Amino acid sequence: MFLNGFIAVKEGLPYIIQGALVNVVVVIGALLLGCSIGLPMAIGQVYGGRMLRRIIGVYVWFFRGIPLLVLLFLFYFGLFSFLGLNLSAFAVAVIVLGLISSAYQSQVIRGAILSIPDGQLKAARALGMSDARAVFFIILPQALRLSIPGWSNEYAIVLKDSAVTYALGVAEMMARANHVASRTYQHLHLYIAAGLIFMALTYIGTKALNIAHNRLKIPGYTQ
Amino acid sequence: MTPVLEIAHITKRFDGKTVLDDVSLTIDKGEIKVIIGPSGAGKSTFLQSINFLVKPDSGTIHLNGLPVNPKDKKALYGYRQQVGMIFQDFNLFDHLTARANVEIGLVRVRGMKKAEARKRAEAELDRVGLSEHMKKYPAELSGGQKQRVSIARALAMDPQVMLLDEPTSALDPELIGEVHAVISGLGKAGMTMIIATHQIGFARALASEIVFMERGRILEQGSPQKLLSPDCTTRAREFCSQILDANGEDR
Amino acid sequence: MEELVYLQTQVMPALLRGVRVSILLIIPSASAGVLLGVLAGTVRVYAPAPFRWLAGAYTLTFRGFPLIIQLYIWYFGLPRLGIYLSPFVASVLGFSLCSGAYQSEYIRGALLSIRQGQIRAAQALGFTRLQTIASVILPQAFRRALPGCGNEIIYLIKYSSLAYMVTCIELTGEGKILASASFKYIEVFSVVGAVYLVLVTAASWALSRIEGYLSLPGFETHKG
Repeated sequence: MFLNGFIAVKEGLPYIIQGALVNVVVVIGALLLGCSIGLPMAIGQVYGGRMLRRIIGVYVWFFRGIPLLVLLFLFYFGLFSFLGLNLSAFAVAVIVLGLISSAYQSQVIRGAILSIPDGQLKAARALGMSDARAVFFIILPQALRLSIPGWSNEYAIVLKDSAVTYALGVAEMMARANHVASRTYQHLHLYIAAGLIFMALTYIGTKALNIAHNRLKIPGYTQ
Repeated sequence: MTPVLEIAHITKRFDGKTVLDDVSLTIDKGEIKVIIGPSGAGKSTFLQSINFLVKPDSGTIHLNGLPVNPKDKKALYGYRQQVGMIFQDFNLFDHLTARANVEIGLVRVRGMKKAEARKRAEAELDRVGLSEHMKKYPAELSGGQKQRVSIARALAMDPQVMLLDEPTSALDPELIGEVHAVISGLGKAGMTMIIATHQIGFARALASEIVFMERGRILEQGSPQKLLSPDCTTRAREFCSQILDANGEDR
Repeated sequence: MEELVYLQTQVMPALLRGVRVSILLIIPSASAGVLLGVLAGTVRVYAPAPFRWLAGAYTLTFRGFPLIIQLYIWYFGLPRLGIYLSPFVASVLGFSLCSGAYQSEYIRGALLSIRQGQIRAAQALGFTRLQTIASVILPQAFRRALPGCGNEIIYLIKYSSLAYMVTCIELTGEGKILASASFKYIEVFSVVGAVYLVLVTAASWALSRIEGYLSLPGFETHKG
C-alpha cells in the first residue's frame, strides 16, 4: 500500500520538477526586483535627508509587517483589478515577493554600508571625489561584497515563500504536487517529495552564493 | 611672493565646545610647518578643516592668493585635488590593490586614461619603495607600507601642499623610520607640508617652523632652534621636554 | 455611508472572530516553539553525539521544508496514515514544529557564544554543572538569544495567516471569505493588513522594551 506512494512520486516527478523551474524563476525575478529597489533605498537611508529616511522607513515597516498571503490577495484581487491591470498570477507573485524582499534587502545592504569605517569616505573626499563618486566607487563595491551572506539567507526565505504563491494559482511545485495528489491520493509521499526538492534547491543556491562569496572576497580582509 | 596657503581665523565649535579658536596660519612654497601639542589641542581638526573635511564655522582660506569657496562644489573638489592629505589611520581603500589605490584618484577624479594612470601609479609606488608590493591588498600590508602607499596616492595627484595628520601615530615603533624617511625625502625635494605629530625629534630635524597648539589655539610659533633650545622657558618648551624625557630622547 | 454600515455589520464581527482564532493559534505555537527550540538547541550543544545528530536533523528538515508544505503534510498527508487532525490542531502542530526548528538555531548560537572561560571559572569556584548552567550560562544565553527568538515570534504572527490554506479560518481566512462574497478586496484586506501591522508593531515594541530592560553593558543589541 505504501508502495503506491512511491510509484505516484516517481510518475509525477517530471511534472513536479517542471514546477520547480517556475519557483526558481519566480525567486530570481523577485530577488532582482528586490535588489534594484532595495539598493537605492539603502543608499537613501544612509545618506539621505530626514524626510527621505522617514518615507523609506515606512515602506520597510509596511512590507515587513504584513503577511505574504495577505499582500498576495490584496494585490492580485484588489489593487491590480482596481487599477485595471490584468496581470497574471505569476507576475503578481514576482512583484509582491520582490517588494517584500526589497524591504529586507535594503536593511541588509544598509547594515553593510554602515559597517564600513568612515575613514574610507574621508579619504575619497580628500582626493577630491564628489560624494556620488565616493559612494559608487569606494563604498558600494565593499558593501555589496559584505551583503552576500545576507542574500544567501534571503534566497532561502524567498524560495520557501514562493510555495505560498500556490494560493494565487501559480503553477509552481506546490500546485503541481497538489494536482498529482488529487489524482493519486498519495498526498503524504508527494508533499514530502516536494519538500525535499525545495531543500535541494535551497542547498544548491546557498552553496553557489557561498562560492561566489569566497571568490569575491577581498584577500586578507576580515570584518 | 604669495604664500601657497593662507588660512585665516578658523573657528569651529562641536556641541558647544570651542575646538578651534581663531586659528590662522600661512605657509610659503617649500616650507614645512610642524604642529605639536597635547591631545585634544585641535591639531587633527585644524588639518581637516583646511581641506574642508570638517566645515569651519568661520574663517577663510586662500590658495595661491585666490579664495576657496567651500559652497561651490566643483571648486571644492578642485581645491581638494591640490591639497593632499595623509591620515593617521591610513584610510586606504580596502577593496583595491596598492596600485589601484594610487590609480583611482587619477582615473575617477582627474579623468586620466587607465594606461597612463597605471604608469604614473607604478612610478609613485616606486618612489616610496613599494614596487614589489603594488598588487597586494591593504590587509596584506604592514602599517608602514600602508602609510607609504597612502603617501603615493596623495602624491599622484600632484598637490601643491600636503597635510599630514599624525602620520606615524598608529605605527609600531620599528615601522616609523621608513615613513619618516619618505617624508624627509619629500621635504628635501621641496614639497610644502603641514604636519601634525608627536615625534619631536623628527619635527626638529625637518621643520622650517614649529607651531604649538593647545586647547584650540596657536600659542607659539617659531623656528625649531628658538622654540626648543634649552634657554627657552615657554609653554612649548615645557611640553616638548616632557615628551623628550618620556621618549628618552636627547635634548 | 453604505461603506460604514457594511463595515459595522458584516466586516467587524467576522474579522474579530478571525483575530480571536489567530491569537488562539499564535500563543500556543509560539510557546511550544520556544520550548522545542530550547530543548533542541541545548541538545545540539551539550548532548552526546547521537542526540545531537537527531536534533540537527530535526532542525535541518523543519527549516528546509517550506512552512506551507509542512502544514499540508499534517492536514492532508497524515490521513494517509489514518491520522485525522482538525485544521486548528494541524496548524498549531505545524507552526510549533517549524518555529521550534528556527528557535533552536538562535538558542544554539547563544549557548555557543558563551566563552569557555566563563564555564571554567564557575567550575574553579566549585559550581556544580547544574549551578553553572543556571547561574552563568542561562542568564547570558537568554539575553543573547532574545533578539532572534523575539523576531521569530514576530514572524510567526505573520505566518499564522497560512492556516487559511489548511482551512483553519483565522483572520486572513475570514477576510478572504468576506472579500470573495462582496468583491471588496481592497477594503477588507486593507483592514486585515492593518490588524497584522498593529500586532507586529506591538510585538516589536514589546520586544525592544524587554531587551532594553534586560540589557547589560556588553550585551546591548544595537538597533539598526
